[in-house]
Amino acid sequence: MKAFRYHRPANVAEAVAVLAAEPQAAYLGGGTNLVDLMKLGVQRPDVLVDVTRLPLDTVEELPDGGLRIGATVRNSDLAAHPVVRRAYPVLARALLAAASGQLRNMATTGGNLLQRTRCVYFQDTGKACNKREPGSGCAALHGQNRDLAVLDWSEQCVATHPSDLAVALAALDTVVEVHEADGPRDIPIAEFYRSPGTHPERETTVARGALITAVRLPPLPAARRSTYLKVRDRASFAFAAGSVAAVLDLDGDVVRDVRLAYGAVAHRPWRAYRAEEALRGRPFSPELAARAADAELAEARPLRHNGFKLPLTRAITVRALTELASS
Amino acid sequence: MSAGAVGRAYPRLEGPAKVTGTARYAVEYPVDGVSYGWAVPSAVVRGRITRVDTAQALASPGVLAVLHHGNAPRLTPGPQTELWLLQEPAVHYRGQYVAVVVATSLEAAREGARLVHIDYDTGPHSTVLTDDHPGLYKPDHVNPSYPTDTAEGDFDAGYAAAPVRVDATYRTPAYHNNPMEPHATTAQWRDGRLLVHDSNQGASSVQATLAELFALPAESVRVVAQHVGGGFGSKGYAKAAVVLAALAARHVDRPVKLALTRQQLFGPIGYRTPTIQRVRLAADTDGRLTAICHDAISQTSTIQEFAEQTAVYTRSMYAAPHRRTTHRLVRLDVPTPFWMRAPGECPGAYALESAMDELAVAAGIDPVELRIRNDTDVDPDQGRAFTSRNLVACLREGAQRFGWAGRDPSPRSRRDGRWLIGTGVAGSSYPARSRPSSATATARPDGSFLVQVNATDIGTGARTAMWQVAADALGVPPERVEIRIGDSALPTAPVAGGSMGTSSWSWAVIRAAQALREKLRDGGPPTGEVTAEADTTEEVGGQPALPRYAYGAQFVEVRVDADTGEVRLNRMLGVFAAGRVVNPTTARSQLIGGMTMGLSMALHEEGLLDERYGDWVNHDLATYHITGCADVESIEAYWLDERDDELNPAGVKGIGEIGIVGAAAAVANAVHHATGVRVRELPIRLDKLIGLSDLA
Ligand SMILES: Cc1cc2nc3c(=O)[nH]c(=O)nc-3n(C[C@H](O)[C@H](O)[C@H](O)COP(=O)(O)OP(=O)(O)OC[C@H]3O[C@@H](n4cnc5c(N)ncnc54)[C@H](O)[C@@H]3O)c2cc1C
Ligand code: SF4
Repeated sequence: MKAFRYHRPANVAEAVAVLAAEPQAAYLGGGTNLVDLMKLGVQRPDVLVDVTRLPLDTVEELPDGGLRIGATVRNSDLAAHPVVRRAYPVLARALLAAASGQLRNMATTGGNLLQRTRCVYFQDTGKACNKREPGSGCAALHGQNRDLAVLDWSEQCVATHPSDLAVALAALDTVVEVHEADGPRDIPIAEFYRSPGTHPERETTVARGALITAVRLPPLPAARRSTYLKVRDRASFAFAAGSVAAVLDLDGDVVRDVRLAYGAVAHRPWRAYRAEEALRGRPFSPELAARAADAELAEARPLRHNGFKLPLTRAITVRALTELASS
Repeated sequence: MSAGAVGRAYPRLEGPAKVTGTARYAVEYPVDGVSYGWAVPSAVVRGRITRVDTAQALASPGVLAVLHHGNAPRLTPGPQTELWLLQEPAVHYRGQYVAVVVATSLEAAREGARLVHIDYDTGPHSTVLTDDHPGLYKPDHVNPSYPTDTAEGDFDAGYAAAPVRVDATYRTPAYHNNPMEPHATTAQWRDGRLLVHDSNQGASSVQATLAELFALPAESVRVVAQHVGGGFGSKGYAKAAVVLAALAARHVDRPVKLALTRQQLFGPIGYRTPTIQRVRLAADTDGRLTAICHDAISQTSTIQEFAEQTAVYTRSMYAAPHRRTTHRLVRLDVPTPFWMRAPGECPGAYALESAMDELAVAAGIDPVELRIRNDTDVDPDQGRAFTSRNLVACLREGAQRFGWAGRDPSPRSRRDGRWLIGTGVAGSSYPARSRPSSATATARPDGSFLVQVNATDIGTGARTAMWQVAADALGVPPERVEIRIGDSALPTAPVAGGSMGTSSWSWAVIRAAQALREKLRDGGPPTGEVTAEADTTEEVGGQPALPRYAYGAQFVEVRVDADTGEVRLNRMLGVFAAGRVVNPTTARSQLIGGMTMGLSMALHEEGLLDERYGDWVNHDLATYHITGCADVESIEAYWLDERDDELNPAGVKGIGEIGIVGAAAAVANAVHHATGVRVRELPIRLDKLIGLSDLA
């Protein structure tokens, strides 16, 4: 394992400055993903800048009714937060469906959003992977790709984003607050993650060294009626085989507003705009939900081993929305 | 034996030490001047090392040495070619250890390993088992020494003539043993003698192997294995870690600790071979079997033959006039498969007990009843009466406890909301064998006793069980007995494996205790220590060859999500007949542990091989799924009182493996009952069931 230095910055500006000065530095959150990848030689930073002592560990109710969640708030604390549980159940459920209790106690909001793909080839330095080593090829494209993407992939990379939290945040139109070398900036989550395209090694639209300081949930009263459904290969402690975050706002039986996002289907948490479009303004029925999912998945291109993700995503879309409609 | 400690639920003797962290495992012993070894796996599947460039590694801070075939100490060739490590440039499979980096810290050794540059000449490889592989061949025998094929009557004619027939092919993937403690060793050389603290299932056998490899007299090698964090068979013999650690310690002339990583457990330590099994069953309309055929295909490596005895289960389980079993192997460019809990019986029972379920459906007979009808007192294979066979009693008691009666046999007949519910049953059996062992018993002047046997406790409770057996054999309360195990300096004993540990060790312990009591009979209390020894080689060897088996019945209820295809276990219940149970607490853990592992095999585990790279790509516990606690909502194990005087002095049959046998079939049969879908390729994951409702 590569020897590294450990740095504990006094404030956000210092943290960002260290990353600007050190080409091989990385932020350290809970370390539950980064340290594993360091042991495997997949990531090899010279310096770890530990952000967990920065004053970014609070959940703050905003005057507009929204919520600001500090980047170092632990996943367990966030899932247990009374406002989150009451106003954004989709978020609490997504968090609790992820990883294990021990991991959630360590994992931070920022680290969770920036966790790397679980593509097995990415995690093995003996295999070709464009994301890990640009230009080396994508072993997964014609390899074991059951867990990987069905939407928006490229020949260069078919990985999925593994976070459950990010899927819920995508459905909630979250704003990611970052601090870059030239100051703070707000980015809507829809613009935060990238498609793999020809540069799968670039996963976000922010500059290298950008520090996530918080995520901001806009006020969304409808989110009180929201849920997260996750299907996995065993009862707990597994990444999603398919997942859906859903917010449903009905006027009588007519869909006034709906937010849908899918996990386990693409390189980024997949906001299902087409499905939302197909639902909005129409009387809700499970059949409508199924058609909406079909509309979203019409352009899906399943790989050799993951065709099941289409019927699965469709099934959980229907189930999540039907449950919300009848709740 | 007097009624006393045996049969009582004593907690594990080392329990407090384990939960307080004072129990030491192989690489936890403090050693002065210790260094750390890191095993370097080959990056190619098949080939030859043409150059090893160690310059960069050696220049890396903390690195002491890089061992490889060009500079490692020489070993003496032995039968286990897998252990012929760092001796030659040939590479036989991806992941084979080709170098070891030794450094002053673990991290430095790992970094050094990255900096070793190895060039290879490579050739084409073949790593995927198929039923039409051109390399299929018939081995001389299957493990450990069974005939490869058997035939009685005329299967083809019997099968053709029968009114009810089943012909089905079942496939199982590679399964990987993942004990909590990896293969790990601390090796030290002192004055030409080798001391290893090693994680294994039999210190005597590891001692013998190391002595042979390093050309030493056995007494110059000591192997200590006080506490072992699981093995499931994978630590049954000396494996790469202990050999590499000993080589490295000799090379750098200081103690070396070497532990494999989780990723490194997927392959080189051995794994359960994938199997392709065709089972054909024929019966009359009453369900009485007339013809049975089981053709099993599995893989081995190019360097060592490992012939899984997959179809052997079928030879003795159910009777029929026309029977045939065959085994074929393919030598692939893969690591050698090895033991995994109930090798042979476990995959074989999955196929046969699934086929029995298919036969029950085809014949319209209840699957419990079908098995009862095909019971036999005489071993169809050996033609001799079983010493005891309580399969039917297990089936009956299990059916009653489980609430089997009144089951509607039609698939998809039960539903609870979105869940389709089904139940399944399977038989189970495992041979009850013993191996020669030795032990000593010592009386001390203070009235206490010391009993020594090189048994291994791999987490099973073996130490506690031997202590209970010893106390009864000595006729004293167990509090007066000290038991010592887990050290090759103790009397030689066989491995904790094949469900033979307790039967073999207890045999020697009982004989030593009896001999000691004989010695003490005449005199009064001893003034000094009095010791008696026993070696059961002759007695075990002289035992008549009778069919001795433990039996069981597995019952399972699953629910399957009609929309997503997710399978969840509602409950699992096993009833076993395994001779005398020494300790109900530890026996229960073994049985439910085996059953859980069978559930894991049925629903979760699968080594995913990538033919291009020739290795399993999901080599960690985040991607190789093992059943977790949340998957086991309810599990119960029961056993029958069973007395069999033809076994061994303790009257035990062994319980380490019987719990897994048949478990996967019971799950698969329950899934079929729930859904009407017969998945014949494990694991049964949601992608094989999705589409049951119109939603998906
Ligand atoms: C066995 C296992 C199972 C898991 N299962 C699931 C699951 O089912 N669902 C799921 O969603 N997740 C799962 N996880 C992943 C887990 O959620 C992530 O590892 C965790 O959220 C990462 O958070 P962290 O704080 O530990 O990040 P770290 O490991 O510290 O960091 C991750 C990345 O984020 C960067 N980073 C950290 N903080 C910041 C910041 N403030 N600004 C900018 N960059 C930052 C780091 O440099 C690093 O690149 C699992 C993990 C494991 C090990
Ligand atoms: S899918 Fe992406 S992460 Fe996986 S091997 Fe291909 S490039 Fe690498």
